[in-house]
Amino acid sequence: MNELQEVESAYLRSDMPEFRPGDTLKVHVKVAEGDKERIQIFQGVVIGRRGSGTRETFTVRKISGGIGVERVLPLHSPVVDKIEVVRRGRVRRAKLYYLRKLRGKAARIEERREDRLQGKAARKEPSAAS
Amino acid sequence: MEGLLGKKLGMTQIYSDEGRVIPVTVIKAGPCLVVQRRESQNNGSHAVQLGLVEDRAPKHVTKPMLGHFEKAGVAPMRRLEEFTVEPETEWKAGDQVKASVFAEDEYVDVVATSKGKGFQGVMKRHGHSGGRATHGSMFHRAPGSVGQASYPSRVFPGVKMPGRMGGKRVTVKNLKVVKVDEERNLLYLRGSVPGPRNGYLSIRRAKKG
Repeated sequence: MNELQEVESAYLRSDMPEFRPGDTLKVHVKVAEGDKERIQIFQGVVIGRRGSGTRETFTVRKISGGIGVERVLPLHSPVVDKIEVVRRGRVRRAKLYYLRKLRGKAARIEERREDRLQGKAARKEPSAAS
Repeated sequence: MEGLLGKKLGMTQIYSDEGRVIPVTVIKAGPCLVVQRRESQNNGSHAVQLGLVEDRAPKHVTKPMLGHFEKAGVAPMRRLEEFTVEPETEWKAGDQVKASVFAEDEYVDVVATSKGKGFQGVMKRHGHSGGRATHGSMFHRAPGSVGQASYPSRVFPGVKMPGRMGGKRVTVKNLKVVKVDEERNLLYLRGSVPGPRNGYLSIRRAKKG
């Protein structure tokens, strides 16, 4: 770990659940309205993660009123109050940009079953299987 | 005007309490040792020569410099620089100066050598706007006219032309100190500073105005 990473580590949030592209999340976002603050829930599919350290961001996509909406959120920002993993999805790419062209049934993602995984991933987190 | 020497670790971003992103440069600032104290004969101004504490084998140091370090009672150092100080400042040879000379929300100036950019054209080097890319313009990134014709029959000195860019001493003024890590001697400054990572910087309290 270099010194800059050490500096960043103080600002990383450890309370974030593990999630991957393809997973469906409920992101609790703090929204400032005037001088009041409230929590808004944004539920959608993670279509990518990028960056590292304090600069890491993730993109969540959902269909709202027939229109696709994507939000890019900084993973370690205090603006994100909480992340809930609703569903784990099995996908074969890191960036799911192809979902932008798909609608309805075609945009479904198969659920990921950890107990079917063999080898390293399964041994590393046996309790994470749902 | 107190100051100290440091090394640029790199840039990152941190979040403020309101959740805003603050771009910061992290600097390993010191510890520095005072090698010499000077007083000008002409105007009575005071200055200290500071050295950045880093390992340096005595065999790489010339004998005259070894004597200079010995006089202050300090180990040989790579980098020395002079800072003017107020006459009241009680820094004397051998004293240690750390990042804690600066406090949060203070402003500092940073002096360093900028990254060398090689031979560059006028657009990058001087910010000329260049010409149109398409529609048969035939004038893209060229410098254009450098002056008049038969009178003066020469190019005036100082006309902006292509050439070597960067690798020069640059001062960035009024950078806000976002955080001071006294334990690890780190300074977090808002914004960027000249030079590459691991480049030497000198940081002094902002002159302001």
